[in-house]
Amino acid sequence: MNNPNFDLLMFARGPLFDIALLVFVAGVLIRVVEILILGRKKDFSKAKGQPVQQGIKTIFTRTFPRPGAIKANPITIVGGYVFHIGFFIAFLLFVPHIALIEELTGLSWPGVGRVVIEGATVLAVIAGLALLYTRWKDPVRRKLTTWVDYLVLILSLLPLITGYVAVNKLFGDPTFMMALHVLSVDILMIVFPFTKLMHAFTFAMARYYNGSIQGRKGAES
Amino acid sequence: MPSSPLLPKMMKAHGVSRRSFLKYCATLTSVMALPPAMAPKIAHALETAPRPSVIWLSFQECTGCTEAITRSSAPSLEELIFDSISLDYHHTLQAASGDAAEHAREEAMKAHHGKYLVIVDGSIPLDEPGYSAIAGISNLDMLKETAAGAAAIVSIGTCAAYGGLPQANPNPTGAVAVSDIITDKPIINVPGCPPIPLVMTAVLAHYLTFGIPELDELGRPKAFFAESIHDRCYRRPFYDKGLFAESFDDEGARAGWCLYKLGCKGPTTKSVCATVKWNDSTSFPIQAGHGCLGCTEPDFWDNGGFYKPLSAPAGNYRRVGQAAVVAGVAAGAGGAYLAKKNKAKALAEHETVDAFTLEKEEGES
Ligand code: SF4
Ligand code: SF4
Repeated sequence: MNNPNFDLLMFARGPLFDIALLVFVAGVLIRVVEILILGRKKDFSKAKGQPVQQGIKTIFTRTFPRPGAIKANPITIVGGYVFHIGFFIAFLLFVPHIALIEELTGLSWPGVGRVVIEGATVLAVIAGLALLYTRWKDPVRRKLTTWVDYLVLILSLLPLITGYVAVNKLFGDPTFMMALHVLSVDILMIVFPFTKLMHAFTFAMARYYNGSIQGRKGAES
Repeated sequence: MPSSPLLPKMMKAHGVSRRSFLKYCATLTSVMALPPAMAPKIAHALETAPRPSVIWLSFQECTGCTEAITRSSAPSLEELIFDSISLDYHHTLQAASGDAAEHAREEAMKAHHGKYLVIVDGSIPLDEPGYSAIAGISNLDMLKETAAGAAAIVSIGTCAAYGGLPQANPNPTGAVAVSDIITDKPIINVPGCPPIPLVMTAVLAHYLTFGIPELDELGRPKAFFAESIHDRCYRRPFYDKGLFAESFDDEGARAGWCLYKLGCKGPTTKSVCATVKWNDSTSFPIQAGHGCLGCTEPDFWDNGGFYKPLSAPAGNYRRVGQAAVVAGVAAGAGGAYLAKKNKAKALAEHETVDAFTLEKEEGES
């Protein structure tokens, strides 16, 4: 006799996780290595400013919105922050997740309690839904959005929602919900290298590039 | 078959007072999650119900389940309940052996056809009948033969209920659970490696008094297998606070922190270990400092390793990860090389045009 729910969980954390890890790691590396090797054409003009310094500075300064941006797009900016911070608190400070990372890499750090994790999860989900809503509501943004963009946003929310439901036993069999949680992460890992989720790795390169162009021209970024 | 003596007589023989019997019935009532008012009813039913004939079949097992139920404490009331059913066949406990023992089984089957209870511990090998046989009868044949006239079957222990250790990868004997073979009889699964003795006797008491208890999707009585260990664990506040033991003898372990990172399977395991506990409610594995192994769940031997956290991947991730790094870097470099080559080729093949040619072309068309 088998427990189909546990079998699904074992599939999600066993063979499917292996496939997801392969696609995720290889896919991200393919893209990053290719970008780095291709590089940019050498600029032979004499630099008027400090491209490297400006490039590095930009990686950090672009983390903060330019003046007026919050007022113009409050939900996008605030929601974006809340979603990212909440997601990373839930992902990186929940001890079962740390145990997973430790198993994979040997790295470990202390986690935080349930109140913080669950608070961050709830806020991240609300923020994500708000982002989804404004994207849908605003005619301009709606035009710019492809179905992959919606898919990626929904796929990023699913691990948060399923994890919360499983841990709190809100509905469904808890083992089944846990299996869904791991499955949703597997799927997120698989689509990651082929979608805009890659920004998690390429954002630094893009910002550096923007900053260094301005820097070379002698502008502050 | 002479009917076995009724319970009051047995109690007298064992020197058990009626007071402690009633106390035991109250315990049963509470572990079965019944209202306290049911206790006297259970006592009455146990005292007056005719003892059904019970045939206990032991297949591929370690005798741990029988050990657990008989070694609880002597002379325990658990044992008494157990003795006072008419246990007509149990080849570990019975005095008779060989042909005489088999006769006892056949006689009980004949005399109580359609009414006797079959208890099974151990799994059944399907690959070779000779892997496990009793008096020359293969386990498979004996189970089918005995189950045919049974009123119900109780699969005691995870081996009988789900295949257990014998079925663990690579399952050398082709072991299966009782429910994989018998499909036309009510089967109560009482998994555990071993099950808690009080749970075993309480399930028997329930069967004697109210018939077959309510079962979950895995055939387990809901009264004992509805809640997870994790939900009832006294270390749960540490889990919630994010305080975890990192090894079996670090500060956290000594302070009684949660054992999740040391592989505790409490979150996915349903049993009453954390509340009913073991050895007369003295302790249970997590209280003794070891994580739950998940022994009441199917395939618990193969569910990713006893000491691996439940959240850790269970497959070949390390080799896969290394391969992915190598493959990713190589393919990225290859992709870049191809792109550069393409670019160079496009540059080389690029034909330059000037205004003069263009004008000429326009004039021609
Ligand atoms: S020790 Fe196990 S059952 Fe107890 S709280 Fe921790 S994970 Fe849950
Ligand atoms: S704590 Fe877990 S492994 Fe231990 S006996 Fe109970 S269910 Fe089985």
